[in-house]
Amino acid sequence: MIRIEPRNAPTRLLTLGVPVLSALVALALAAVPLAFAGADVAAAYGEMVNGVFGSVFAFSEMLTRATPLIFTGLAAALAFRARLWNIGAEGQLYLGAMAAVAIGAGAVDAPGIVLVPLIVVLGAAAGAAGMAVPTLLKTRFGADEVVTTLLLNFVILIFVQMMLEGALKDPMGLGWPQSAPILDQGMLPTLIERMRVHSGLVIALIAAGVAQFMLARSVWGFRLRAVGENAAAARHAGIRVNRTLFSVAVVSGGLAGLAGVSEVAGLKGYLTADLSPGFGYTGIVVAMLAGLSPAGVVIAALFIASVFVGADSMSRAIGVSSYLADLVVSMSLLCVLIGGFFARFKLVRSGRVAA
Amino acid sequence: MMDVLQILLSESFWAASLRIATPLIFGVLGALLCEKSGVLNLGIEGIFVAGAMAGWMAVWLGAGLWGGVLVAAGAGAFFGLIHAILTVPLGLSQHVSGLGVTLFATSVSYFIYRTALPNVTSPPRIEPFRPLDIPVLSDLPFLGPVLFQQTALTLLALILVALVWYMLNRTALGVAIQAVGDNPDSVDAQGLSVYGLRIGAVMAGSALMALGGAFLTMSAFDAFFFGMVNGRGWICIALVIFASWRPGKALLGALLFGAFDALQVRLQTEVGALVPGQVFLMAPYILSIIALVIAARKADYPRALLTPWFKGQR
Amino acid sequence: MTSPRVLSLNALSKRFGSVVANDAVSLDLHRGEVLALLGENGAGKTTLMNMLFGHYMPDSGGIDVYENGQPQPLTLGHPQAALAAGIGMVHQHFALAENLTALDNISLGSEPLFALRRSRDRVRAKVQGIMDRSGLNAPLNVPVGHLSVGERQRVEILKALYHDARILVLDEPTAVLTPQEADALFDNIGAMTRDGLSVIFISHKLREVLAFSHRIAVLRHGVKVGEMVTADADERAIARMMVGADTPVTAREPMRPGAPVLTLADVTVTARSARDSLQNANLTVHAHEVLGIAGVSGNGQSALAGVISGLLRPTGGSISVDGRTIAHPDPLAMIGAGVGRIPEDRHHDGIVGSMSVAENMVIERLDDPQVQRHGLLNRDAIAQNGQALSQSYDVRGPGIESPARLLSGGNIQKLILARVFEQSPRLILANQPTRGLDMGAAAEVGRRLLAARARGAGVLLISEDLDEILGLADRIVVIHDGKLVEVATRDREEIGLKMAGEPA
Repeated sequence: MIRIEPRNAPTRLLTLGVPVLSALVALALAAVPLAFAGADVAAAYGEMVNGVFGSVFAFSEMLTRATPLIFTGLAAALAFRARLWNIGAEGQLYLGAMAAVAIGAGAVDAPGIVLVPLIVVLGAAAGAAGMAVPTLLKTRFGADEVVTTLLLNFVILIFVQMMLEGALKDPMGLGWPQSAPILDQGMLPTLIERMRVHSGLVIALIAAGVAQFMLARSVWGFRLRAVGENAAAARHAGIRVNRTLFSVAVVSGGLAGLAGVSEVAGLKGYLTADLSPGFGYTGIVVAMLAGLSPAGVVIAALFIASVFVGADSMSRAIGVSSYLADLVVSMSLLCVLIGGFFARFKLVRSGRVAA
Repeated sequence: MMDVLQILLSESFWAASLRIATPLIFGVLGALLCEKSGVLNLGIEGIFVAGAMAGWMAVWLGAGLWGGVLVAAGAGAFFGLIHAILTVPLGLSQHVSGLGVTLFATSVSYFIYRTALPNVTSPPRIEPFRPLDIPVLSDLPFLGPVLFQQTALTLLALILVALVWYMLNRTALGVAIQAVGDNPDSVDAQGLSVYGLRIGAVMAGSALMALGGAFLTMSAFDAFFFGMVNGRGWICIALVIFASWRPGKALLGALLFGAFDALQVRLQTEVGALVPGQVFLMAPYILSIIALVIAARKADYPRALLTPWFKGQR
Repeated sequence: MTSPRVLSLNALSKRFGSVVANDAVSLDLHRGEVLALLGENGAGKTTLMNMLFGHYMPDSGGIDVYENGQPQPLTLGHPQAALAAGIGMVHQHFALAENLTALDNISLGSEPLFALRRSRDRVRAKVQGIMDRSGLNAPLNVPVGHLSVGERQRVEILKALYHDARILVLDEPTAVLTPQEADALFDNIGAMTRDGLSVIFISHKLREVLAFSHRIAVLRHGVKVGEMVTADADERAIARMMVGADTPVTAREPMRPGAPVLTLADVTVTARSARDSLQNANLTVHAHEVLGIAGVSGNGQSALAGVISGLLRPTGGSISVDGRTIAHPDPLAMIGAGVGRIPEDRHHDGIVGSMSVAENMVIERLDDPQVQRHGLLNRDAIAQNGQALSQSYDVRGPGIESPARLLSGGNIQKLILARVFEQSPRLILANQPTRGLDMGAAAEVGRRLLAARARGAGVLLISEDLDEILGLADRIVVIHDGKLVEVATRDREEIGLKMAGEPA
């Protein structure tokens, strides 16, 4: 008979090793769909590695892809630490992007030193509002935030489409449903010439650093951790649970909003309804791979971005569908979940005793 | 105002309502079965996709329509098994595992579809379920067009509502499922397997969800599109809470939902010039949120929902 | 004993990690016998019975069940095998589905799962027969969630009997009952044993063990330290056997009560069930005074504790601490007013298990400038505080930086005591402060409460253990059905009647 027993305290090796191992297992499992698609598995892996590390440009593309994932990963990680299930980062991302083009595409004509911070702050505020609403519905009415944030993603996306055919539509856009471009001085500067990687990445890294510090060292982080780990005890100890959740919601939504700002103002320049290929949902995988640690989010985002960029490149070269990347991402989530189980519990074989 | 009344009294309106409600009925029943046993299954959205793809693909490859339905149910049960293993014996977060299953089932479905049909621009079609033509019944006034000129899958959904209700309330199995969702110790103490009941309920519930997906590709439409499920799974999760975990109320909720959706399509054609069409597209999601907000406090949650249970720890 | 043996446990041993829960414990049980398994909390009684019922797998040893006088080895680690062998167990935490009726709970697992119909009439007839013979009565058609604790317990016993139990194990059956209900239960047990049922009941209450059992086995630290026929037993000798020394008596010096520190005026809490409500509660606790709240669990204690700890907003009435009315009672306001709270469920409400011992020691004063500066934690101060408190309150564990959940129950309670007492509270709410602690740790809690009283604090002690209240309290108030009644007497019989709601 095998029984499950909790480990006392997971060792450092386990907490760090499990996500790495899970990611590698998920990558290795990609061989199954590759073989199913009839591809030369070794060549496919080679193309994937090449697609990320083959050139400075390839690597910079990976960093570009990682930028929104760091933001949405942080959004999920902080919320999940407080047991606030923000599955709405996708919608909040679009709210941030919408705010960015609403201000940046000509509505406010100011020098960059004013316009850029304005875009960043208001984009974050829009995302924050997007999470504040479901959090209030949760604390006031007990409506499960998982379901409301999921449903709001659809509402917001449709709203974006509406705006792109209405108020935000680019009059010069030849009828395409897209917004007018953000003014040049409102764009986040690129980091390397002739590459797409932009200073949104710097903001993302700073955000991760600040989040890591605040979580461990601030009273706010203390309250967040206490509420997430045991809301009843936190409440008993005089921590205002709903107020804490609300503050976490604002920060989490704001970070997701920044993902949208950085995509629009750092990369695309204008808003379309297909701005995000699911960065909000992928952020959840990033956060889980990171063990909900902000510093880990950076590493996990780099890994997931590599999978996407590598798979795209492999797809162009070999013709296997780039949905392979989504497959690897989802498998790494399942793997890290299972891995997390073995980090927290051990299976003990208890021998049967003769009666 | 007269127009609305006219719409509400027409047979075609109610037939459309039931048609729109059908995938939701399957989905709500599936989610209800999982949750009654104590397991939230957020894999539902992906399982809808998997059911839609698998059922369609089976028929496209030459299986009969009912063969396709079976394949869809099997695919649903398979992804349900993954969720069940992660959440029942391993006791992992039902939220995260469910989302993981949704991502996994969706990407598996898309990958297989893309791999099988790499270069198609317009999706290939199958011959879907046809509306029934039952002698006598289909010719009944009102009931005929509303109930008996639907496809067989819609009738199956209605029959399943009754079956699930009967199973839950009138059989020993149903009593055991309700018990395991309230207090797993009660089941364990009587020598029944908590794991077995929960895994079984999640697999069966997931198979039902997949039928909701299969209805989309094999009855409502005749092809598979990316993004065709479009949040229907999440709506079902909201409807289960609205229905307070009762099959009858779940049917009612799905029907109300279908009716509202059918009404908005009809209103859209009338007032479409005044309001952007997207307002109507948003309506179902907003409606679900409102339903959730209204029902949340009164909802009679299964007590053991979301709580993992480990053998030998009491 | 002349009647034949029905069960023997042979040298059962069980360890959890490094803790030996049971060390080669052997026991025999005879037909129609009531065997009391006596021991302190943590002595290994429940572990032993969980091995008997198949919840735990023994590390070594075996169990025989006798069929027609012949020993049959019991398959270990399988509740099904225990059920099939005629062993029934009633846990302290009832294994009942509250959304189902008693009848459904009783018949659960006895019918084929995949049958299309159920035979409820046959089940009902059999249960009715058992109720008639044993005198155990419970409403069968009401969801169990609506039944009283006593009724639920009877449903549990009926469930075991329905499954043809020949051996019934009751884990602390009287913990949730009034003395009168407990007597009725033992009457029913008497009737059942005359029918041939054998009963093992687990208890740490000497009095009921002496009154109702035929034989007594005493466990201490996982070892069987004694076994005797009840008729020959000597109370003091057994007590010594249980604790390994004479019971320490906490000396309570008489004191003159000071000014009121807590006053409840007409405090009312309306809740869905009567058990979670309070009706016009009036109460005063003075400085230098321990006020004991006696009552059977589920009579409004949690509402009373909820109001005083600030978790529950009363629907009417007012609360004042130290003469000042608390306008908006919430946990922060109560802490600020000088109320120290020792919660009933220390794991659930007392600590955040994954946070460190040091962090848990400052969790109630995050706004204190010693703990934070400009919103940032003063980690050195938190660590020093943790170190100092761990020493003065003797909190033992893997260290102040390790997660609090790794502490034992007694050490978790010490952590909470340290947190509460260090703030020199005016009033201390101690809700079941010794539940689940061994006698040494419990005596320590009592000593600390009395020390606070000597310092000038008022103590509100809520306990289901009447002995604890009689030992510590200066005045006693009985809580029943959400109503408070002060009693002048210290006679346990009279207090017991009040606890049962009798006018007496």
